Amino acid sequence: MQPTPPAPSSSLKPQTSSLVDLYRPQLTCNFGQLEDVFPDCIAEAVALLSPQGVKDYLDGASLICRIGRGFEPVLIYLEEMPQVASQLGEGTLELVSRTVWRLSRGTNGKAIPHFLQTIAEAARRLGSEESLERYVDLMMGLANRTSTSIHGNQNATFPSPGLPLFLDQVPFLLSQLSLEGLKNWVEYGIHNYNGHPERQKDYFGLQSADSRAILQRERRGTLFMDRERQLDLYMKALWETKTQYVPYSEGWDELRKPVPYYDHLGIRVPDVYDDIRAPLSNSPPDSGGKGKRLPAGEILVSGIDRYRALLAHIAAHRRWSEPLIADNFSPFQRVAIETFEDSRVEWLAMAQYPGLRRIWLALHPRPGEEDCDPERESCIRHRLAMFSRALLDPNHGYRNADLLEFAAKFHELMQSKDNSTKAVAGLAVSYIARTRRQADLSPNVYFTDTLIDYRDDNRHLWRYIEEGDEEERFDEERKLPPEEKETDRLPPRHYPEWDYQTKTYRPDWVSLYESLHPAGDPMRIDALLSKHEQLTKRLKQVMDLLKPQHFVRVRYQEEGSELDLDVALRSLIDLRAGSQPDPRINMSHRNDGRDIAVMLLLDLSQSLREIPEGCTQTLLELSQEAVALMAWAVDQLGDEFAIAGFSSNSRHEVRYQHIKGYSERWDDRVKARLAAMEAGYSTRMGAALRHAAHYLKTRKADKKLLLVLTDGEPSDIDASDPRLLIHDAHKAVQELDQQGIYTYCINLDPNADDYVKEIFGHQYTVIDRVERLPEKLPRLFMSLTR
Amino acid sequence: MSHAIDPYRISEEPFYQPQADEIELYEAAYAERLPVMIKGPTGCGKSRFVEYMAWRLGRPLITVACNEDMTASDLVGRYLLDAGGTRWLDGPLTTAARIGAICYLDEIVEARQDTTVVIHPLTDHRRQLPLDKKGELVHAHPDFQLVISYNPGYQSLMKDLKQSTKQRFAGMDFDYAPPPVEAGILVRETGIDEETAMKLVKIGATARNLKGHGLDEGISTRLLVYAAQLIKRGIKPNAACRMALVRPITDDMDIRITLDHAIDVVFGQA
Ligand SMILES: Nc1ncnc2c1ncn2[C@@H]1O[C@H](COP(=O)(O)OP(=O)(O)OP(=O)(O)O)[C@@H](O)[C@H]1O
Ligand SMILES: [Mg+2]
Repeated sequence: MQPTPPAPSSSLKPQTSSLVDLYRPQLTCNFGQLEDVFPDCIAEAVALLSPQGVKDYLDGASLICRIGRGFEPVLIYLEEMPQVASQLGEGTLELVSRTVWRLSRGTNGKAIPHFLQTIAEAARRLGSEESLERYVDLMMGLANRTSTSIHGNQNATFPSPGLPLFLDQVPFLLSQLSLEGLKNWVEYGIHNYNGHPERQKDYFGLQSADSRAILQRERRGTLFMDRERQLDLYMKALWETKTQYVPYSEGWDELRKPVPYYDHLGIRVPDVYDDIRAPLSNSPPDSGGKGKRLPAGEILVSGIDRYRALLAHIAAHRRWSEPLIADNFSPFQRVAIETFEDSRVEWLAMAQYPGLRRIWLALHPRPGEEDCDPERESCIRHRLAMFSRALLDPNHGYRNADLLEFAAKFHELMQSKDNSTKAVAGLAVSYIARTRRQADLSPNVYFTDTLIDYRDDNRHLWRYIEEGDEEERFDEERKLPPEEKETDRLPPRHYPEWDYQTKTYRPDWVSLYESLHPAGDPMRIDALLSKHEQLTKRLKQVMDLLKPQHFVRVRYQEEGSELDLDVALRSLIDLRAGSQPDPRINMSHRNDGRDIAVMLLLDLSQSLREIPEGCTQTLLELSQEAVALMAWAVDQLGDEFAIAGFSSNSRHEVRYQHIKGYSERWDDRVKARLAAMEAGYSTRMGAALRHAAHYLKTRKADKKLLLVLTDGEPSDIDASDPRLLIHDAHKAVQELDQQGIYTYCINLDPNADDYVKEIFGHQYTVIDRVERLPEKLPRLFMSLTR
Repeated sequence: MSHAIDPYRISEEPFYQPQADEIELYEAAYAERLPVMIKGPTGCGKSRFVEYMAWRLGRPLITVACNEDMTASDLVGRYLLDAGGTRWLDGPLTTAARIGAICYLDEIVEARQDTTVVIHPLTDHRRQLPLDKKGELVHAHPDFQLVISYNPGYQSLMKDLKQSTKQRFAGMDFDYAPPPVEAGILVRETGIDEETAMKLVKIGATARNLKGHGLDEGISTRLLVYAAQLIKRGIKPNAACRMALVRPITDDMDIRITLDHAIDVVFGQA
């Protein structure tokens, strides 16, 4: 049944040690403890960073080593920075090391470990390099301004009393405040307690009453990070898309206030939105007329609705806008086109979701018709903002004839068949021609009430011919896994592949090599399990309900192995009494054993090395944790269980790695293989499914389950038509079904719905929050087998 | 032993809105007396379709809602004790086989597998039903047909049908009707106006987009019908939708908030 797997190949060890040989000399640092942690850290850095990033990382660590504060700061830097840099950008490597250097030059050296301890959490909460930089500036400002002498001595010989306490509170503070809120809170503390070391400590340690009060005051608004899942669901449910987000802070005075936009990296969104409330009295009455005034302070638009307004606007652009050639238009024409296009996509969105009008309208400025003097200032923005208002607000009340005429034309155009971006651009151009004024060119531009801040900056709308191709380059460097030796392999097995175009199998098309997965350190897996101690406790409770209680007595049976005396007597009495007796007077015993054989098939392709948005671990690590937990759970339940991984490098080389066989216990040998799990190459799924089935098929169990854990669609370097491998995988699933094997896919790709359904029919789950995989996988297994 | 057919007859034409060529396909399967398996998500019209086909073919219909505790005797029949001794009572499956009805086993996966196997001899060329306890072999009436339904969305290995069972049926896939058709169903079923019906369908679509992302099932046509009925009674659309569409399907707060918002923007008030 089980092939005897070949002896473990030891390809892993030399790999890590060669990394150490290569990179250790680039790190100037002589702490003895370093040698213990270096191999793991450098392996992670190499996997996550570009070559330049690895160099900056080692330079940064060398710099921190030189400050003479012991090993601790170096250790924190080495351990945290690869993750931070790969998520926020590699510029953070130098940002952090230089900040540490600057701190060490002043009087605040003691705060360095406190600072470094905040980096991982701050990075997670802040979500972008720019915001992290802001945070560092804020921290340095606090350090510098509070560390001058308390006796008026300008030499700054005393360290900041509040800084270390502040740093210890940072994770909590960031969970409560936006970056701007944090800034205000810090300012208040510096301003009021600069001369009082003790009270300063109380403030920054969140001990004093006013410290908490200011925190409450600044804690308004809706933090993006707290609502990210809701907004994800919103985009999925209403707009059928899924995107990444890059939050930014609005709290810094800049020449240009940052505005939302989107590009291939995702959507830039403010990190916080305040609720918008009805103005306090003595503001001018609603000029629209039919307004019943809301009580002052009433929420007009909540923070979450502001996010939705922004995302709806952007989603509408993405669905309906088509890019135009910028070179064909003058700057004025372009701003007009942008306004008209904004209104166009909103019109289309409101046709589907009329309720958006209320939210957009509440956020849209209402420029007064006579506010701008067209003789003396440039009214172009004012004109367009009024026009935009008029399209959204049926009660706009404007009387300008051109505006009314073009608003009517706009609506007419939208009702017609050709209501494309191009068509509306034509209308915008004639509007600008019709309403042109001499003063439009004046540098004195009228801005009041013309900024529509839930709209993005429309950079996606323009293509430029002149400045060369603006095409984005996605030439990320491929980090190829080191060569593996060809030894220690079983002879290949050949599997067919389905060609959907000719509707035939290509016989013996794929060569599959099975090998024993190399081994690592089993303790790592135990450590992972103990990390999830709480979870394992909870899982245990669920499992107790699933555990086979082998002999169950089944009462109230018409036929059974024994007479159930209680019931029989009752029936007899009923019969004597002349009423209808219950005929189910027997009982029997049922063997309620679970008889399940499970195979867990892991996709070990290259993409597993990525760190998904919002996570601190790679997919590979998350999978490892999840598999460890599931293996533990299945072992407790006593089901037959095997684990294997697969990857591929063209049809000539599908690798199938044996991790746990049915006859093996969940012991150190298996854990060691799991601990060494590596990712590389592509995903030729069909052959792997067929091979897994070939083991599962021979099991005697009643129920056979093949679980496939994957993070992407099937692909391979020699398959230019992606449909081919999808169809083949689907075919394989059908074959398995015929053999009585139930295949189920757990997919970690949030955009999986299209292809995963094609392959697995209804038998799949997409895990959106990958960080919860360790918890999800065992639960899923249990619910599948309940 | 005589059985009255009449109670099982469907006297009035049930409303059924066809989606594709399912009526024709079913008629062909019936003409050959092939057992039929209907797959589809909950509340998408499977039961209604079978009811309609029975009416159209002029056959009586016997429906059994399957459950976990159901035993083979619940389908086939049992001896009852009475003062005079024992008396045999046919189960619904036996009755259907005798009178030539269409027997519809709803949610067959819910039944235990040792129960399910009793249908096997009826589904191959033998078309027989052995009543072991009674010592009788029932030959199915020439008009008898077996139909089963199940929801493949219930993802459980344990609740899947055995291959040997599946392979006895011709299969038909059902799904929620495309938007205009589904809206038409709501209009016909409840008398609600077309525009409101389209809005309800739109809300249904948003929830169905979340299937697999925290929702096991989207909003069914049945629930949309409920919402339409409540609106028809004068309940405000937003409240009716929350009650009929959102509360029943999820306790996940983020999803509730999202769907509540979808209702607000679709109905344009809040
Ligand atoms: N094609 C259709 N024609 C008419 N009514 C329909 C149609 N599809 C759905 N309905 C409406 O939806 C309701 C639910 O349909 P039905 O009871 O047939 O669902 P089902 O698929 O059998 O669900 P379940 O799997 O939960 O039993 C019906 O009562 C009817 O109002
Ligand atoms: Mg039904």
